Amino acid sequence: MSIPIILFLVCALVAVAGAVVLILAREPIHSALALVVVMMALAVLYLLLGAPFIAAVQIIVYAGAIMVLFVFVIMLLNAGVEERTDFSKLAKFAGVPLGFFLLLEIAHWLAHSPIGAAIANGAGSSAGESSTTELSEMLFRQYLFPFEATSILILIAILGALVLARKEE
Amino acid sequence: MSAVPISFYLVLSAILFGLGVVAFVFKRNIITIFMSIELMLNAVNLAFVAFARARGELDGLVFVFFVIVVAAAEAAVGLAIVIMLAQNRQSLNVERVNLLKL
Repeated sequence: MSIPIILFLVCALVAVAGAVVLILAREPIHSALALVVVMMALAVLYLLLGAPFIAAVQIIVYAGAIMVLFVFVIMLLNAGVEERTDFSKLAKFAGVPLGFFLLLEIAHWLAHSPIGAAIANGAGSSAGESSTTELSEMLFRQYLFPFEATSILILIAILGALVLARKEE
Repeated sequence: MSAVPISFYLVLSAILFGLGVVAFVFKRNIITIFMSIELMLNAVNLAFVAFARARGELDGLVFVFFVIVVAAAEAAVGLAIVIMLAQNRQSLNVERVNLLKL
């Protein structure tokens, strides 16, 4: 096995383990930290895929800003141990196996589709350092209008958050 | 540079998305439900980057950028709603939020 495959398998295992911990953890803060682990593993995978800019954005915006917001709200609301409720028998005995079956089916389809057969190696010319330059050119030429529209979206989100979280007089 | 087949990334993406759906359905804390949405968005982002790599085009990366921006906006508004809900109901359990339930 080559080094990229070993690196991929390690990161994939870490990501899946983090997602499982997110489900099993009873305290929201543990779930939040598990999600940070998943995002870090995914950032390494983005580097492996030759997208350093996306990896940096993933760490700065996702693992940094968004997760800090989550942790802040968890601390603010003093969220303790989650209450568990009983699930229906139907969900336990039909839903869980069917969910796993769906997952297996998706994985099987992906592994045997023509797209899955494409090897990352020879397909594209976008390698390493130049991809950030090309990405910025694309973002500020071809996708300039959507890029500017996101600034309005963020502004509206800030206003919405302010209005929602404001104390009623 | 990378000798990992694209299908590996897609399978990992599918697994993470499935786990996100499971977390979304099984969790009862509204903040954790929000986190499982973020997990699903991350899984989709991984698929976007993998497809961009497979096709040798960068449009997928631009999409990932926009998904991250929208996720940030969604988290800001969503968490404001969570704070309002917690102030009104004194609970983070989604079972208690049943005003529109028959």
